[in-house]
Amino acid sequence: MDVFWAGALWALKIWLYLIILLIMIPSMFGFSLGISEIYMTILVKTLEWATLNIQKANSDEGTLKPSSSNGLIQRENGSMEKELEELRRSRPKPPVGGDFTLSDCFYFIRQGIESIVDDQVTQRFTSEELVSWNLLTRTNNDFQYISLKLTLVYGLGIIVRYCILAPLRITLTVIGVSWLVIGTSAVGLLPNWRIKFWLSELVHVMCYRICARGLSATIRYHNRENKPKKGGICVANHTSPIDIVILCTDGCYAMVGQVHGGLMGIIQRAMVRSCPHVWFERSEMKDRHLVTKRLKDHVNDKKKLPILIFPEGTCINNTSVMMFKKGSFEIGTTIYPVAIKYDPKFGDAFWNSSKHSMVSYLLRMMTSWALVCNVWYLPAMHQQEGEDAVQFANRVKSAIAHQGGLVDLQWDGGLKRAKVKETFKEQQQKNPWYKCCTVQMNSGVAR
Amino acid sequence: MGSRASRLLREEEIEEIKKETGFSHSQITRLYSRFTSLDKGENGTLSREDFQRIPELAINPLGDRIINAFFPEGEDQVNFRGFMRTLAHFRPIEDNEKNKNPSATEPLNSRTNKLLFAFRLYDLDRDDKISRDELLQVLRMMVGVNISDEQLGSIADRTIQEADTNGDSCISFNEFIKASFVVNIHICTVVLVLVNI
Repeated sequence: MDVFWAGALWALKIWLYLIILLIMIPSMFGFSLGISEIYMTILVKTLEWATLNIQKANSDEGTLKPSSSNGLIQRENGSMEKELEELRRSRPKPPVGGDFTLSDCFYFIRQGIESIVDDQVTQRFTSEELVSWNLLTRTNNDFQYISLKLTLVYGLGIIVRYCILAPLRITLTVIGVSWLVIGTSAVGLLPNWRIKFWLSELVHVMCYRICARGLSATIRYHNRENKPKKGGICVANHTSPIDIVILCTDGCYAMVGQVHGGLMGIIQRAMVRSCPHVWFERSEMKDRHLVTKRLKDHVNDKKKLPILIFPEGTCINNTSVMMFKKGSFEIGTTIYPVAIKYDPKFGDAFWNSSKHSMVSYLLRMMTSWALVCNVWYLPAMHQQEGEDAVQFANRVKSAIAHQGGLVDLQWDGGLKRAKVKETFKEQQQKNPWYKCCTVQMNSGVAR
Repeated sequence: MGSRASRLLREEEIEEIKKETGFSHSQITRLYSRFTSLDKGENGTLSREDFQRIPELAINPLGDRIINAFFPEGEDQVNFRGFMRTLAHFRPIEDNEKNKNPSATEPLNSRTNKLLFAFRLYDLDRDDKISRDELLQVLRMMVGVNISDEQLGSIADRTIQEADTNGDSCISFNEFIKASFVVNIHICTVVLVLVNI
C-alpha cells in the first residue's frame, strides 16, 4: 500500500513539475513554447476534417443545413410596408375617417406570428446555433451518428478532453487563482511606492495569463495601439465572466462590481489590497449618485487603472450586442470600446446563468476543445456636443457591434429575466409604418 | 438542428401534424425545438405567460389578441398540435395546393382561413360579427393614445359603413371577406417562409 501511495505522490510531483516547467513559467513571462500552437493546429485540422465528413454525409441525404444567421424564417424586410402603402394610395380617399382598412391589422398579425416563430431577443439568451457539429455535445448539434470514423474521433476527443485536458486545466486554474490571492496580498503589504503599482500589475497579469492557459485560450488582439489608457473607461460586450480573463491577459483594469461572499469575496479583498478596484456593497449599488461619484473620483485620478465595465449588464450569447446601460456614459470621460468575439467552433463561451452555475460553467469550458477569440481595441470615443448619454451609449454599441461582426440590437439584456416594460411599447410606435398609419388617420380626420 | 427535440417527438405524431398542417418534416422538428424553448414550465404546453415572454410579441399592439388566437375557448394551455394548427394559417399558399380537389376539406392556410383568423381577432365575443365597439377596441390598440375618441369613432363609423351591406351596423364574416377582396393575400397575410432544411 505504501508503495502505491509513494508512487502516486511521485506521479503527482512529476505532473506538477511538468506543468510548472512547460506551462507556468512560459505563461508567466508571456512567451510560448509552441505546444498550444501545435494543439490548435491539430484541432483546426480535425474539425475541418469532421465538417467535411458531415457535409458529405448530408449531401448524400440531399439535405442542406441552413446557415445559422438565417434563423427560422425569411423576413421580407420592408416589402410589406411598401405594399400596404401602395394599397392605400390606389384606393379612393374617403371623405371622413382617414385611411384605415380592416386589413391593416395584417401587418401586426404577421409581425406577431413571425416573432412567435423566431424572435430577435430570446434566442440571444441561449447557446448560439452552429452550422456544423463540432464534436461536442452541448449545442444545437448534438451527438449524431454519421460514420464510424467520426464516432471514433468523437470518443477519442472525450478521452483527451476529460482525462488529459481537464485535470491539466483545473490544476492551472487553481494555481492561477491562489497565485492571485497570495501575490496581491503580499504586494498589498508594501508601502505606496511606485514599485508597488508595477509589482501589482505584474502579479495580476501573471495570474490571468496562467488562468488563460487553464482555458486553452488563443486570443488574437487587434489594433493594440488603441489599448485603454489610465483615466478612462473600457467598455466591452459581455459573453461570460471569462471576458475579464481575456482582457486582463493583455493589460490591467480596475474592476467595478458588487462585493461577493465566499471564494469570490476572498479574491476581491486580496485584489483591492494591491491596487484600487471599485467594489460596492449591495446597498450602495442602488444609490446611483454614489456609484457615479465613486467612478468619477476613480477616473479623475490619473494614476489609477482604466475601469472595465460591461454595460450590457448580462451575458449575451456572442451573436449580438444589446442595449448599453447609460451609467458609464454619464461620467463624461474617454470611452475605450473593445469588441470581443469568440469562435463558437471550439466551444460555447456563453454563460447561460439561468441554466448553469458558475462552477459547472467553468467545468464545461475546461472540457471544451479550446477558447479561441478575437479582441479588437477600437479608437477612443468621446461624448459629442448635443449628444446625451443614451445616444452616446448607442453610438459606442454600434461601433462594437460593427467591429465584432455582431448584431446591433436595441433591446435590453435585462429581458432575460424581466418582462417587457410598458414603456417599450412606445418604441413600437416609432415604427415607420405605425407612425405613417397614425399620421394618415390624423390627416384624414382633419380633412 | 433539433436532433434532441426530434427524439422526443414521435414519428407518428410528426406524420399526423404533417397531414393536418402541411408543414414539412424538417419544419415541424424545427418548430418543435422552438416550442420547447418557449415552454419554460417544461410541461409540453405553452401558457399565455410563455408567449408574453417574447419581447417583440409583448410590444405588438395586437399581441394579446394574437396570443388569444392560440388558445381554444376557455383553455389556458396549448400543446404542440394546437400550436402548429394555428401557425399553419400563415403558411404561404403553394401553387399545387390551389388546384387541389375542391371537395376536400379546406387547408388551414387557405385565403378564407387566413381572413377568418384576422376576423376572429376583431370579434372578441365570438358572435361572428364585428360590432362598432369591437372595432373601436382594436383601433385603439393600433393607434395608442395619439388619436381622440371622437376621431377614432368616426373612423370606426366610416369603416362599418363601407363594409356593411345588410344594414345591421356590424361586419359579418362575409362582409369582411368582401371588404378585403382587394387584399393580395400573399402579401397581407403572413408570408412565413420557413427555410427548407
